[in-house]
Amino acid sequence: MGFLSYFISGVSLGAVYAIIALGYTMVYGIARMLNFAHGDIIMVGGFVIFTIVSTLGMPPLLGIVVAVAACTVLGVTTERVAYRPLREASSLAVLITAIGVSYLLQNIALLVFGSNPRQFTSVVTLPNLVLAGGALTISSTTIVTIISCIIIMVALTAFINKTKIGQAMLAVSEDRGAASLMGIDVNKTIAVTFAIGSALAAIAGALLCSAYPSLTPYTGSMPGIKAFTAAVFGGIGSIPGALIGGIILGVIENLSKAYISSQLSDAIVFAVLIIVLLVRPTGILGRKINEKV
Amino acid sequence: MMKNKVRIQNAVTYGMVILFWAVIQIMDKTGHLSSLFKGLLVPLCMYAILAVSLNLTVGILGELSLGHAGFMCLGAFSGAFLTNCLETAVPSVGLRFFLALILGALVAGVFGLLIGIPVLRLKGDYLAIVTLAFGEIIKNLINVLYVGRDANGFHFSMKDTTSLGMDKETGVVLIKGAQGITGTPRAATFTIGILLLLLTLFIVLNLIHSRTGRAIMSIRDNRIAAESIGINITKYKLMAFSISAALAGMAGVLYAHSLSTLQASSNNFGYNKSILILVFVVLGGLGNMRGSIIAAMLLTALPELLRGLNDYRMLIYAIVLIVMTIFNSSPKAIELRSVVMSRLRGGAKKEVA
Amino acid sequence: MAADNKSVKMTGGAVKNGASSGQAAGTKDSGAVPTLEVKNLSISFGGLKAVDGFNVVIGKGQLYGLIGPNGAGKTTVFNLLTGVYKPDTGTILLDGKNITGKKTIEINQEGIARTFQNIRLFKELSVLDNVKVGLHNHHKYSTLEGILRLPSFYKVEKEMNERAMELLSVFDLDKECDYKASNLPYGKQRKLEIARALATDPKLLLLDEPAAGMNPNETAELMETIRFVREKFNMTILLIEHDMKLVAGICERLTVLNFGQVLTQGETSEVLNDRRVITAYLGE
Repeated sequence: MGFLSYFISGVSLGAVYAIIALGYTMVYGIARMLNFAHGDIIMVGGFVIFTIVSTLGMPPLLGIVVAVAACTVLGVTTERVAYRPLREASSLAVLITAIGVSYLLQNIALLVFGSNPRQFTSVVTLPNLVLAGGALTISSTTIVTIISCIIIMVALTAFINKTKIGQAMLAVSEDRGAASLMGIDVNKTIAVTFAIGSALAAIAGALLCSAYPSLTPYTGSMPGIKAFTAAVFGGIGSIPGALIGGIILGVIENLSKAYISSQLSDAIVFAVLIIVLLVRPTGILGRKINEKV
Repeated sequence: MMKNKVRIQNAVTYGMVILFWAVIQIMDKTGHLSSLFKGLLVPLCMYAILAVSLNLTVGILGELSLGHAGFMCLGAFSGAFLTNCLETAVPSVGLRFFLALILGALVAGVFGLLIGIPVLRLKGDYLAIVTLAFGEIIKNLINVLYVGRDANGFHFSMKDTTSLGMDKETGVVLIKGAQGITGTPRAATFTIGILLLLLTLFIVLNLIHSRTGRAIMSIRDNRIAAESIGINITKYKLMAFSISAALAGMAGVLYAHSLSTLQASSNNFGYNKSILILVFVVLGGLGNMRGSIIAAMLLTALPELLRGLNDYRMLIYAIVLIVMTIFNSSPKAIELRSVVMSRLRGGAKKEVA
Repeated sequence: MAADNKSVKMTGGAVKNGASSGQAAGTKDSGAVPTLEVKNLSISFGGLKAVDGFNVVIGKGQLYGLIGPNGAGKTTVFNLLTGVYKPDTGTILLDGKNITGKKTIEINQEGIARTFQNIRLFKELSVLDNVKVGLHNHHKYSTLEGILRLPSFYKVEKEMNERAMELLSVFDLDKECDYKASNLPYGKQRKLEIARALATDPKLLLLDEPAAGMNPNETAELMETIRFVREKFNMTILLIEHDMKLVAGICERLTVLNFGQVLTQGETSEVLNDRRVITAYLGE
């Protein structure tokens, strides 16, 4: 039963990675940029919920709604101010501003909330699920996380395939120039992508902090990197890839923490990533790109 | 001709470093140097070396690496390990430091080669994330590494000190997991740092302006064309990558000898450190070694110089970073700058252009 | 680091041959080994036969044209000859030596150099350095000698500069030697690409649509240059071209490719008057 319990919590952690990875993968696919600040949006979402629930004593659901709204605005604003001016510049320049935004968000949080860890109250208030006569307990947070991830995946896939703006996103990711010639507003499409990615980051923040309740200005940094790893692992630009990459990564991380070494779990995760990329250089579900001679 | 222009450019770069050294010496002698700034001198040199060496990979070879701190970490630990090992065999600290520099560069260079062989087939962001992964793995592994020595020789463990199984009388723990290496003599001085920076510049600049450098840059500019005229892509990619790693390793040894305790913490050698170095390279200009040095030194000194502003200094740093990048790279800003520049130069020159 | 060949090899290659350009162009002395002989070359991509049973024999010093409608597989033939793709079947003999299946860089060292349909220069390097990269395998010193600036560095660099300037002056590019390659006008970029290919001292030069994007004046000038290169270096040249005026003007023999297969080959005038060729280009 020990294995099963580690496995399920690994799936749950992976589900959080998958939700974060979606933000990375969509932004990468559509705006062709590595948004290093994405992880810090998670942290901002966490602090917004913390403020509303723990400081102001409001209901958690309200906290989540406000966090989603705040992160959406934040995501769109950073895109407008820091990334859009560099749309035609080299991808490295955008990477550097993204790093700048990351530092900025971390340091604002540091100023407002200080560096001491804050105790985050779980947004999930349901009772835990006890199975097999008490031998296996699955926390309600785990269940809610996995269910949220499934709902988000289904909704996002439907959104992209069924709505006009979703189709526009696909078109922009395929060929930005051609899309704009076909009358698609590229700037608006990219802004929507950032809005969705940031809203998802807020939800990921709520779920992540519920499972790992210690909140600091650097909370989002490492999960952000891991989620990006998951996105690359699954094949960056691919939504099912983000899901698969996230889950596999979460499971590997949890199982190696349990059975090998908690200090080496990150090293193991990264080692698996390297092996996958060496075998499949564009990730599990990534498309192969051939350079024409 | 071009040749002379290159020579003058290089001379300016060397001259700038030497001038900086001289100014600091004078300020030190006349007592104009705060102790805070004195503590910053070795890190300034270290970051400049790291930036120049990373620029070889990113600017000259054209491959994005986010694992530079990993190579620095390897150099730091192998160098400090050697210095501590030879404590009795080689009494001279200076000589030990020198040997440590060579070993650190060698170890990092060999790892650069070993990692480069599988990894350099990947491109762009994939290469970036894999190098980041390697950097993190190196840091994590060193973090759980225990090494001791007793009368019977060396003992290694990935668990703890007791599982080293050493002789109680003669056993000495050299590397103590997350606590790292302690007691390395603090032999790194500003002058040594500047000398190492000059050495780095000498290697990198001479490399770039040679047959090998042209081959490396031809791969950056057009891999397929380079192949078609007989350039061995793998060989030159590996060469650039491992030289870059070796120089980072050397910077690591310098770093290790400026601290009394060396730990493989995320703060010291995490991916954030690699990113920080990349920031220097990009802001200084890809392929521009002088720019790398200036950016590394200014941005390292900036948070310290802003210390008066206390809590706000990192905030200002972040804003400076964003604004500078947009100013440097945004097409609109570049256009604006060229308009302003041509206005300043006056109408006569405009016609020539 | 010291993996480079230590010996400083002088080639002098191309120029040395220039003296013996007395050989009448296009004459194929029977009995001599052809510079290029390709037999039954095929490759398919996902079931589609891109090149199917391609044959060609090119004698030393010949100026040979490969023509055909868009998508006929001409560039694929070049990519097969230069090792970018590995053929499914067939053999490629260069001066009688089997080079089938070798890697791109080995094939270049065996003696085939090429240009590209979409120009591929080393954009950030100077015009001079572009050619010097082409000289890479003929003028050597080790990386360590380069870093330490040993006498061999200065000696070999001087040789390289002289050789590169010689080549550049052939193409009237010597005045622009310090320009960044990307700052050259289009026509000169094409010429620089040919100069760079020649720097590798090839036996066979492949030109992929050298006149693409040129106006009639530039094309006429290019024809002269190609002729001149053939005369001066006694070079064997295979070129892909759509400009029929250029093809008719300088190629001695032609092979016409259609849907991956050889439609016909022979003397230029015969081939261009062949009804099948006209049909292939214009349709039924």
